[in-house]
Amino acid sequence: MGIWHLLLHLLPATLREAHGAEMTAMLRRDLAAAHGTGRIGVAIAAVADLVGTAVVAHVEATALDLRDVWRSARRAPGFAASVVVVTALGVGAATAAFSIADHVLVRPLPFAAPDALVKLWQDQTARGYSRMELSPGNFEDWRAQSSSFDAMSAYAASSVNAMTPGGPVRLDAAEVSATLFQTLGVHAATGRALVAADGAASSTPPVVLSDHVWRSIFAAAPGVTGTTITLNGTAHVVVGVMPPWFEFPTRDVDVWLPLRFAPEDLADRANVYLRVVARLRPGVTIAQARADLNVVAAGLARAFPEANDKTGATVVALRDEVTRQSRTMLLALVGASVAVLLIACANLASLFLARSVARQRELAVRLAMGARPRRLARQVLTESLALSAAGGVIGAALAIVAVPVAAALVPTTLPIAEVPSPDLRMLGLATLATLATGLGFGLVPAWRIGRTASSGDLRHGARVFGTRGTERLRGLFVVSEVAAAIVLLVTVGLFLKALWLVQEIDPGFDPRGVVTARTTLPLPKYEAVSARAQFYRQVLDEVRATAGVESAAYTSFLPMVMGGGIWPVLLPGTTVPEDARAASVRFVTPGYFATMRVPLVRGRDVEDTDRQDTQYVAVVSRSFAELYWPGQDPLGQHFSTALQERVVVGVVGDVRVRGLERESEPQVYLPAPQVPDGGLGFYIPKDLVVRASTSLSSIVPVVRAAVARADPEQPLSDVQVMTDIVERQMASRTTQVSVLVAFAGVALLLALVGIHSLLAYVVAARTQEIGVRMALGATRGQVLALVARRAALLAATGAGAGLVVAYAASRSVQALLAGISAADLATYATAVGAAGLITLLGSVLPAWRAMRVDPVAAMRTE
Amino acid sequence: MDTFTPDEPTAASLLPLPPATFHILLAAADQDRHGYAIIQEVAARTGGEMKLSAGTLYRSIQRMVELDLIEETAERPAPDLDDERRRYYRITPFGREVARAEAERLQALVRIARTCGLAPRTT
Repeated sequence: MGIWHLLLHLLPATLREAHGAEMTAMLRRDLAAAHGTGRIGVAIAAVADLVGTAVVAHVEATALDLRDVWRSARRAPGFAASVVVVTALGVGAATAAFSIADHVLVRPLPFAAPDALVKLWQDQTARGYSRMELSPGNFEDWRAQSSSFDAMSAYAASSVNAMTPGGPVRLDAAEVSATLFQTLGVHAATGRALVAADGAASSTPPVVLSDHVWRSIFAAAPGVTGTTITLNGTAHVVVGVMPPWFEFPTRDVDVWLPLRFAPEDLADRANVYLRVVARLRPGVTIAQARADLNVVAAGLARAFPEANDKTGATVVALRDEVTRQSRTMLLALVGASVAVLLIACANLASLFLARSVARQRELAVRLAMGARPRRLARQVLTESLALSAAGGVIGAALAIVAVPVAAALVPTTLPIAEVPSPDLRMLGLATLATLATGLGFGLVPAWRIGRTASSGDLRHGARVFGTRGTERLRGLFVVSEVAAAIVLLVTVGLFLKALWLVQEIDPGFDPRGVVTARTTLPLPKYEAVSARAQFYRQVLDEVRATAGVESAAYTSFLPMVMGGGIWPVLLPGTTVPEDARAASVRFVTPGYFATMRVPLVRGRDVEDTDRQDTQYVAVVSRSFAELYWPGQDPLGQHFSTALQERVVVGVVGDVRVRGLERESEPQVYLPAPQVPDGGLGFYIPKDLVVRASTSLSSIVPVVRAAVARADPEQPLSDVQVMTDIVERQMASRTTQVSVLVAFAGVALLLALVGIHSLLAYVVAARTQEIGVRMALGATRGQVLALVARRAALLAATGAGAGLVVAYAASRSVQALLAGISAADLATYATAVGAAGLITLLGSVLPAWRAMRVDPVAAMRTE
Repeated sequence: MDTFTPDEPTAASLLPLPPATFHILLAAADQDRHGYAIIQEVAARTGGEMKLSAGTLYRSIQRMVELDLIEETAERPAPDLDDERRRYYRITPFGREVARAEAERLQALVRIARTCGLAPRTT
């Protein structure tokens, strides 16, 4: 019977209290009437009946409550709409921000036992690089000599020209150790991934396709494995297709090819281009692995001092391959969304409190008619939960729409999808945020009803919500709204200033009016310099002859697209520290500087007369000249880089090669033909830049036709306008600022609503008091001052608290502020000004009402 | 400010009645009864076909009291026949009106069934 009494508590209190004893008596009677095992049947039936009744009774009560909610929403549509909209904004903001942060920072990577996966880098902090790629020789030695790893695999990005039925296509490829897929613990969706045996040379090398290549090029043919595809002129056999979610090492990989090293690759320890992922042995920590590799690296530094001097090892969890900037940006976003959610909750709590006061009489009548306080409290809570659920549904929809917009905040360094897909986690987040909101603003009024009503006062005319107490509570809500709004405003202001600052940075070239396209010339077809020169000449001549084209040229890499391509500089007798002797090297065709409008400061551009058989020359950037020959004429000076000694023939302006916000190495530009045949394949010019005065879209067909005529098998890819490349530099900043501006806008609006509704409430509640004051001779000015003082006090308190928090918050995102001080006075002043303005706006109407109070009418209502 | 106006249901708005509600009204129509007596009365009248469970009974009773179909009565039978835990229920005039309306509704239904040849004609 003890269990039975416990189970009775499943019933709604009213039903239990009214009929519980009778139900128990009835069970006793039935049990007494039954015999033997029949009693068990009686007991089971009784429990089943009880549970079923409890469920139905609760559903009925909720349905009844919901009907009341619907009725009351229809009676006060403005109130219901405000609640739904405010909830939707709060839930939408929080869900979107948390989903992106969860996707980037929390969710485990889609690999087997992902916590054991690490990335390995060479640590050359002495030269300014803590994360440097490995050379093939070093990679093989690390793999053979270390003992901390179950598996270690290397990979490098490359691209291949594929012949498809639809014509030549350029595909982004990843050349990977044949063991990579085992290291990650992933399997192909169709066929197989690469296996260790694929590392050996074969007549038809294997290729693994990405899901999207399988779909787009092979029309998702089920029998694709075993077929061949020609890549860079060589037949490859398709061995498998990866699942759609597999995005390693980056999102753009189309095919995976086995990485193979020739003996000369292994010998060249300076050729660092391999990235390495490894799986820690069970029980080995990252610190232990680092110590292990540092021992290996020290041995290699002794054996190959030229390339490996002062080189250690960096080991980072694969999950943590997120820059501090991305991380801070996401955390700032989450912080902002929490502020919005808090403001929404404060606002809603305030709205609900006001609503409960407005419903005093209704509540009193219902209590007088026998309604139970607990029932009323439940109803208030049902109302808040129902309205917040409606808002939550809209908020979740908002988040699903908003998340892709914020995709620029997802770093490309992680092997994860660009946009988190709406899933159960996201839905869970939305539900949590909704519940938090619903309970947040429903509990306080419900609790107060329960407390006041149970004391019995209400029946005798006492108020559930004392005017003064309610005012104080609502005042507190408004103060926190203003404070949170100030925090958001200050943060947004600082980020906005930082964005403006970054936008003002001169990239060193003029991206406007320049369109670019890539033709990656395949080897060995284009190993000879003469073959390439022929191709460039034909394409460039044809493009330059087009009406509207001002100039065109080829370069190894576009600035900001490729930040690497760094080569050591040899200059006997120089005083430049050894670690700084490196330059960003690009091979270009004549006209590159004119096309990009990189100013020619001294001397001349590279020219057609700079051939493989003439003197090797170089055009250097101003910073290069100033570094090596300060105060001297750089023209005619000699230095060595890219395997040859060169003479300086020209000086150009500096370009922000590594991006707007990063320091770049000094630049060296070399004539495209001045390289040995078959040498420096990585630097072969592939990016075409065209400056035109006509519309850029009209240039693309011309370029395509010119390339097709020069080599019908040569695909064209990466067509884009240069301004997009520069703007992409600011994409995450721009996105973040827009998101924060939206958040701050919402916050301001909510604070405005909060201030307005509180003051309106105060004025309404004190109409009699104001009437009396006016009857006693108070002027309208004095009444106005009464309201204004109140508003100013709230705003000032909120602003004061907000400023302190804002300063702390800004300090934590200092790294993102591009050098702007976290204590930027102008920004803080603007934020306070904005808070003042919304206070003013929020008090206009209540103040107006207060001044219009008719003393006689006000006192008559008493 | 909102004013509270409780909705007064009409007999028609409550039709059709759930079977349990109708049976309880019928059981309480001739005399005041407590819960267990209602269960027994309903079972007897339906030849044991309708056995109300305690849960269904008291959930129905609670709603019927709220709807003013029945009311708890303070009058008790002789103490030796009474158990103090028991509550006795009496049909209200509104309850009678609703029961009558439901009976008429059912009668009309049977008439329609009869014209379709789906119910026996009374002699």
